[in-house]
Amino acid sequence: MVHPDQVKAAISRALPDAAVEVEDLTGGGDHLQVKVVSTAFDGLSRIKQHQLVYGALRQELASEAIHALALQTATPV
Amino acid sequence: METSTRERIEALIASSPIFVFMKGSKLMPQCGFSNNVVQILHSLGVPFETFDVLSDMEIRQGIKDYSEWPTIPQVYVKGEFMGGSDILIEMYNSGELRETLEVALAS
Repeated sequence: MVHPDQVKAAISRALPDAAVEVEDLTGGGDHLQVKVVSTAFDGLSRIKQHQLVYGALRQELASEAIHALALQTATPV
Repeated sequence: METSTRERIEALIASSPIFVFMKGSKLMPQCGFSNNVVQILHSLGVPFETFDVLSDMEIRQGIKDYSEWPTIPQVYVKGEFMGGSDILIEMYNSGELRETLEVALAS
């Protein structure tokens, strides 16, 4: 499990301009819902957008510290 | 990734126009995200095949390396990786999924 703040920090390191919202769905720290809004997503396919976020959380996902991650990405309006 | 693993993955993906790597089976998904994808595809009434990654560690890890995508389920359409559960839900809600799959199945 990871603390939502750690997830937020990891994403912010990779995407400094991002607005990140992390919700812990079960309170267990391993089922997370994450919304990321960043200009870095501009012009990218959804897959590429998600890959940027997954890249920032590579370690946590590989170790299965995060078991489930519902992800939404968007560019600022 | 071992060449043999890559070849197995490529053969699976080529075996059906819509192919899903998931946890569990169509009838008994073992994870909520895999279940989402199965339910969406069922509701669109499209034919699809699945592979249970829980039954095979080599494919379970290999498919993540193959697509550079760290999570399961993974949906492939006409051999191309289309996304996981979040992307499928988003495309379903926008109507884009029905359109994309209809085009893929018609061609």
